[in-house]
Amino acid sequence: MTVALSGKKIARQIEKHFPGGIIESSPQSLVVDRESLLPVATYLKTAPGLDFDYLTAITAVDYYDYFEVNYRLTSLKRNHSLVVKTRCYGRDNPSLPSVVSLWRGADFQEREIYDLFGISFEGHPNLKRIVLWEGFQGHPLRKDYLQW
Amino acid sequence: MVIKTEPFVVNIGPVHPSTHGVFRMRATLDGEVIVDMEPVFGYLHRGIEKLAEERTYTGCIPLTDRLDYLASMSNNLAYCLAVEKLAGIPVPERAEYLRVIMAELQRIASHLIAVGTFLNDCGAFMTPVLYMIREREKILDLFEMVSGQRLTYNYMRVGGVSQDVPEEFIPALSKFVKVMPGWIDEYDWLLKENEILLARAKGVGILPKELAINIAASGPVLRASGVKWDIRRADPYSIYDRFEFAIPTGTVGDCYDRYRVRVEEMRQSVRILKQALVQLPSGEVRSEVPHLIRPPAGEAYGHIEAPRGELGFYLVSDNSIAPYRFHVRAPTLINLTALREMMVGWKVADAIIIFGSIDICVAEVDR
Repeated sequence: MTVALSGKKIARQIEKHFPGGIIESSPQSLVVDRESLLPVATYLKTAPGLDFDYLTAITAVDYYDYFEVNYRLTSLKRNHSLVVKTRCYGRDNPSLPSVVSLWRGADFQEREIYDLFGISFEGHPNLKRIVLWEGFQGHPLRKDYLQW
Repeated sequence: MVIKTEPFVVNIGPVHPSTHGVFRMRATLDGEVIVDMEPVFGYLHRGIEKLAEERTYTGCIPLTDRLDYLASMSNNLAYCLAVEKLAGIPVPERAEYLRVIMAELQRIASHLIAVGTFLNDCGAFMTPVLYMIREREKILDLFEMVSGQRLTYNYMRVGGVSQDVPEEFIPALSKFVKVMPGWIDEYDWLLKENEILLARAKGVGILPKELAINIAASGPVLRASGVKWDIRRADPYSIYDRFEFAIPTGTVGDCYDRYRVRVEEMRQSVRILKQALVQLPSGEVRSEVPHLIRPPAGEAYGHIEAPRGELGFYLVSDNSIAPYRFHVRAPTLINLTALREMMVGWKVADAIIIFGSIDICVAEVDR
């Protein structure tokens, strides 16, 4: 059984490495701020005992006030998982650091979030629309997108 | 005198027999050798994630059928598991068994198409695929008995399945599990050591183990690279912890390994089906669920080992009758991440095989 690690426990464990970087934690997830995302991700990937070598999925959710992007991490070696979330404010040009340098599997998924939510990922090697065509106006999965 | 050559760009697709749908590979060639490749998709994007936001939880089930239409039952299952997790709905014992039976039959049906079309791409034009369609037909007949449909079944429901199986189903399934291993032996006898297949597929399109993990590949593509990872074993859902089965893996991660893993998985699925038939209890097939499901605000992620890899549904509820967010973790989209690495250095004819061995379903890639 894949053990879902408690965000609270992990937060306590890594707090001292990233002072102020962890916004909140719950048994289900760990919310980090934008600046600490990449360092925390690097730590989670490489720290012995955690070994999150597999990025199962990335998704975004539009909560009007902010976009929440969640990273579902799994360790194939230790068979445990953790959800890391980050929040991205502003609707005009929201951006986040890209994790493609850590997990290549993020490549298409970050492009998809860019396409459908309009969040750009800094450091992504090939950031462009993926399912819609170049020149398409708007980002359909945003809650304020008008279909007609 | 040496003649200077220049690389040139060729579009393979969007409509091409080898792309199994509308998918474009923008290949840069030097002579016949691929030096660069970029997959271009989105031709079949229907905005299913957006459509789901304005449907009820039950109304989303037909949408999931249309994601990976070669494995509709698996999509139904993954989605229902996510909703049940979100709303805390129990599933009766008999329904769990029926779900496992359908999911494993679907795995066999999907792998038959995967293997058949892969051999088609290898140049064994139409003969192997017609053998496999013959067997798939038996499975479609079984599905037609239970759901009335042959492609998009819409059979599973939140809290069980839509209806119990008719009485002729169990004898037909027993007959199927009896004859299927013989048919798989027949494929092996025809193909396993076929010289042309070995020459075309062995050592071609290698996906190394580390890269496979890094790109989050899943399903037969990951296992062919030598990673023993199967959600049915790693994170058992439904009642998979009650069955005995092996996880076939490859060694080098080439096209031939991916082909072998799929064939072996069919045998394992037959094994699971045999056990499920023996254990199948009687009773209810659907728990009491309100017509409009209103899960408490929160989120849930349900995932299964679909024929093509880890299929996950991420749902966010705001305590209304429709999902606030509906995300599909599409295994085939993510399996394509390393397509460039797998193809560069090989010839155009090999690229077709490499692409076929990944086994994508464009409807799921684009959603």
